[in-house]
Amino acid sequence: MLTEENKNKVEELRKRYPTSQALLLPVLWMIQEQEGSLSEESMKYAGSLLNIPYSHILGVVTFYTMLHRKSSARYRIDVCTNVSCMLRGSGKILEHIEKRLGIKPGEVTSDKKWTLEETECLGSCGTAPMLAIGDEYYENLTLEKVDKLLESLQ
Amino acid sequence: MNLQPAQPEKLNAWERVILPDVPGLQKIDFYLANGGYKALKKALELKPEEVIEEVKKSNLRGRGGACFPTGLKWSFMPKKSDKPKYLCVNGDESEPGTFKDRQIFEFNPHLLIEGTLIACYAMGMTAAYIYIRGEYGKWIRMLQKALDDACANGFVGDKILGTDFSTHITIHRGAGAYICGEESSLMNSIEGQRGYPRVKPPFPAQNGLWGCPTTINNVETISNIPVIIKNGWKWYSQVGAVKHPGPLLVGVSGHVNNPGVFEMPTGEPLLEIIHKWAGGVPGNKGIKAVIPGGSSTMMLRGDQLEGIRMDVDSLKAAGSSVGTAGIIVMDSDTDLIQVITRITEFYYRESCGQCTPCREGTVWMYKILKRFEQYQAVAEDIDLLMDIANNIEGNTICALGDAAAWPVQSMIRRFRDEFEKRVHESQHRVVA
Ligand SMILES: Cc1cc2nc3c(=O)[nH]c(=O)nc-3n(C[C@H](O)[C@H](O)[C@H](O)COP(=O)(O)O)c2cc1C
Ligand code: SF4
Ligand code: FES
Repeated sequence: MLTEENKNKVEELRKRYPTSQALLLPVLWMIQEQEGSLSEESMKYAGSLLNIPYSHILGVVTFYTMLHRKSSARYRIDVCTNVSCMLRGSGKILEHIEKRLGIKPGEVTSDKKWTLEETECLGSCGTAPMLAIGDEYYENLTLEKVDKLLESLQ
Repeated sequence: MNLQPAQPEKLNAWERVILPDVPGLQKIDFYLANGGYKALKKALELKPEEVIEEVKKSNLRGRGGACFPTGLKWSFMPKKSDKPKYLCVNGDESEPGTFKDRQIFEFNPHLLIEGTLIACYAMGMTAAYIYIRGEYGKWIRMLQKALDDACANGFVGDKILGTDFSTHITIHRGAGAYICGEESSLMNSIEGQRGYPRVKPPFPAQNGLWGCPTTINNVETISNIPVIIKNGWKWYSQVGAVKHPGPLLVGVSGHVNNPGVFEMPTGEPLLEIIHKWAGGVPGNKGIKAVIPGGSSTMMLRGDQLEGIRMDVDSLKAAGSSVGTAGIIVMDSDTDLIQVITRITEFYYRESCGQCTPCREGTVWMYKILKRFEQYQAVAEDIDLLMDIANNIEGNTICALGDAAAWPVQSMIRRFRDEFEKRVHESQHRVVA
């Protein structure tokens, strides 16, 4: 299920770690980046590749917040509401997005385009308030910047 | 992002060494042209134990939160070992208020790589893992690029610079879990397990990654190593505070005009950092409270800040700690009940759930604080909260329990009036 390129990467990584279990997070990341989420089938595939029981993989996947067993929407907006962001108005940012999209944190829009989450500190406290969509950080937010951002993503 | 915002002239006296004012330093050519990888060459001419001695004498203390002396930690590693030895570089950076290691990945990644190599040479390691929080995908790619360039130039891999020293560096991406910054949890995470902290002893220097001798150091700590080797321990030990010397990356966030990460010698006055480096409080408001080193450190009152300096002794005497040097400033209008409730919510969500005091205690504290936040608290709740915090502290496998207890304890000790006011308001609130 991994692409040839990723399969080669796995073989390279095997040289870097003394156990195949240590390749679990890297392999899960590769699958998730390829497919958007981690289906039961793909977790079993990772298990066969690395010789790890499915139960162990499920235990690991459910431990980490960034590993998803299903992808609920095209874009996932993570708004940081931890202290530094809170002090600089993350509450207003969150409220604005909730109103605009008509959803609360944890919900998905009916067209499956957006989902919204409140997250913990993302290491961007000096440019608060901020949000992340995938790997991309959007910092020093204002309501206008949020509007522009949401309009720009199709 | 914000590599050191502009600062008043007076403060420019410190010539930055961790994040120098040299654009393009992330490119290996620029790094080499600016004296890069010379410290590695110098270290390889010394005996490994001489490198450890140098680090010991420099008095460098860890920048990951606990301020543990780095040279001492390195000397715990067995000299001879049948098993391989490992270095883990901790770039999990998830402590609220902390955003400094990220600047190193972005602006000076080769310094981190050079420090990692020197550390591996000093302790006899053939492999190092740099563990970076999963959310930093962009910064992981930046560091990976630098690492690839360093490999291509013969600084990383087999027979480095033509010597017998070989070491490989691998970046390991986390996947979203604050607890994985705790060193033993980090090792479990690399091993492909759930990130549960381990019971200590055994300590990592005896029994760490895959049961082998292991040292864990923070990204900023490791980035100080080339600076020490290049300038010598004498120079380094004379920068800043005597017992906690060296350059320090100080993050300032919250209610300030000019937030950002600033590089300065340790021991700078807290008030000067807030007012001069970070541009003071918007609207010239007063300061109600300051968290000096990330959300786990004890909160300070705005009226007790005079004379406090950013170093281990001064902050200890003031009843707090340096932590990750992530300063969070709260102005006179801040609702501290809301702040402490949010902080406690964080620890309750991030508790791994292995120990009862932490798993249950954090959720109890959160629920009680929610009562305060929603004006439903009674007077007994203040002591109840303190009692729970006191029963978490010191009774758990890892320090997350303490980290959850300290903010609550310090808040009740230093801002009891805020809690009492909220109790009063709870009873006399006119519901609209
Ligand atoms: C809950 C918890 C989270 C931690 N998170 C981090 C972290 O994100 N980065 C870090 O360097 N150290 C973190 N630490 C501290 C590490 O356990 C360890 O002490 C540190 O990485 C050692 O490096 P140093 O000696 O160079 O400071 C954390 C500790 C605890 C208890
Ligand atoms: S103190 Fe909390 S986070 Fe640490 S091991 Fe115990 S339950 Fe887990
Ligand atoms: S508190 Fe929001 S990024 Fe740190």
